[in-house]
Amino acid sequence: MFRHRLKALCALLVAGALSPNSFAADVNVAVAANFTAPLKAIAAEFEKDTGHRVIPAFGATGQLFAQINNGAPFEVFLSADDSTPAKLEQAGNSVPGSRFTYATGALVLWSAKPGYIDEQGAVLRQNGFKHLAMANPKAAPYGRAATQTLEKLGLSTRLKDKIVEGQSITQALQFVSTGNAELGFVALSQVYKDGKISSGSAWLVPDAYYQPIEQDALILSKGANNPAAKALTDYLKGPKAQAIIKSYGYKI
Amino acid sequence: MPLSNDDLSAIWLTLELASLTTVLLLLIGTPIAWWLARTDSWLKRPVGAVVALPLVLPPTVIGFYLLIALGPNGYIGQLTESLGWGILTFSFTGLVIGSVFYSLPFVVQPLQNAFESIGNAPLEAAATLRASKLDTFFSVVIPLARPGFITASILGFAHTVGEFGVVLMIGGNIPGKTQVVSVQIYNHVETLQYTQAHWLAGGMLLFSFVVLLALYSSRQAKQGWQS
Repeated sequence: MFRHRLKALCALLVAGALSPNSFAADVNVAVAANFTAPLKAIAAEFEKDTGHRVIPAFGATGQLFAQINNGAPFEVFLSADDSTPAKLEQAGNSVPGSRFTYATGALVLWSAKPGYIDEQGAVLRQNGFKHLAMANPKAAPYGRAATQTLEKLGLSTRLKDKIVEGQSITQALQFVSTGNAELGFVALSQVYKDGKISSGSAWLVPDAYYQPIEQDALILSKGANNPAAKALTDYLKGPKAQAIIKSYGYKI
Repeated sequence: MPLSNDDLSAIWLTLELASLTTVLLLLIGTPIAWWLARTDSWLKRPVGAVVALPLVLPPTVIGFYLLIALGPNGYIGQLTESLGWGILTFSFTGLVIGSVFYSLPFVVQPLQNAFESIGNAPLEAAATLRASKLDTFFSVVIPLARPGFITASILGFAHTVGEFGVVLMIGGNIPGKTQVVSVQIYNHVETLQYTQAHWLAGGMLLFSFVVLLALYSSRQAKQGWQS
């Protein structure tokens, strides 16, 4: 009799642990560095609304890719581009059909000095600066967009010797904000707060000058059975998260 | 060989940077090490600690402060600009300055140990023979401290070759000017060019092993002579 009861109790416990929505779960998320601030804001809301907990790891997309391919325990990946998630998808490292664009980045020419950059970006044509910072165009989508913009303006050759590259968009911003480079191409989200440029001066590069910087997310194979992973990606598509993303200077 | 022109120029640049840094460090480090070895001043410990800082600080910290100090708003930056040299970040000169800071303990500490192990006796003997202090230093101290100079040069050179964080922070990844091997490896890994990354990274591994092997072999050979 006692033994039977114990068995029933065990069965109940196991069933409880396995049933998808009855318990809150943790989800390990690899996040591209440019999305650090909005993700923290979204995670706070997500945790309030669903009870699931987000455990984020921030890094450069290429680095995170290498880590995922080598067994890192990430369940959701928020990339800074669309090609890296596509590669993971092809390699069978993700849950099929889970990939979607969660944010579209905007490129801005920025200087820490107020009034330094005019609204048309004509400052690029004048020879008044020594260094123009950007992210490494081979590694970072914002760097690629910066290169495309210079090509579109016909300035690639003329400015070639003035370009200094940061390994990430964060480093490009650092070069400009410390004044080591007078100006640089950065992500709008880095210098945007409460609906306006937070300091210095900037030129918002027109969309037509560069290929859209689509940032894709997907659920990785390790997150296939974690309800919190699915819940987070659904949440990112929802109106609350989208409003937060927009407020940080992304197009949607 | 799958190495690109940028890779080859990165290798050349790295060797140039390491050689120049080593020479400068021997010039700067020798007087510092000599003073540290001989002084009884209360400043000995604070100065020794400052010299050793790069051993424990992450290179990103040194790079970050250099970025600010060498920049247009920093003290060094304002000095270099008023001297007409301009801002030194994103230049080879800037990398040399950064490397000198970064590799300082690797040169000073072996020299200091070598000077300390000489002791007072040879110096007093030289003094009784009326050798001037400078003469003593060049004809007595330097020959006796030779193993220390060899160790210091090898470590200073090798450590500069392996430098990454500082260059990353103040370099700007400019081919032929600030793009050294370690940064180039990082570039290749970031852009998923693993074959090129392997060639350079494997080369670094081999180089470091050979350097350390040479260092330890030279110590072994000297041991009988030293004791």
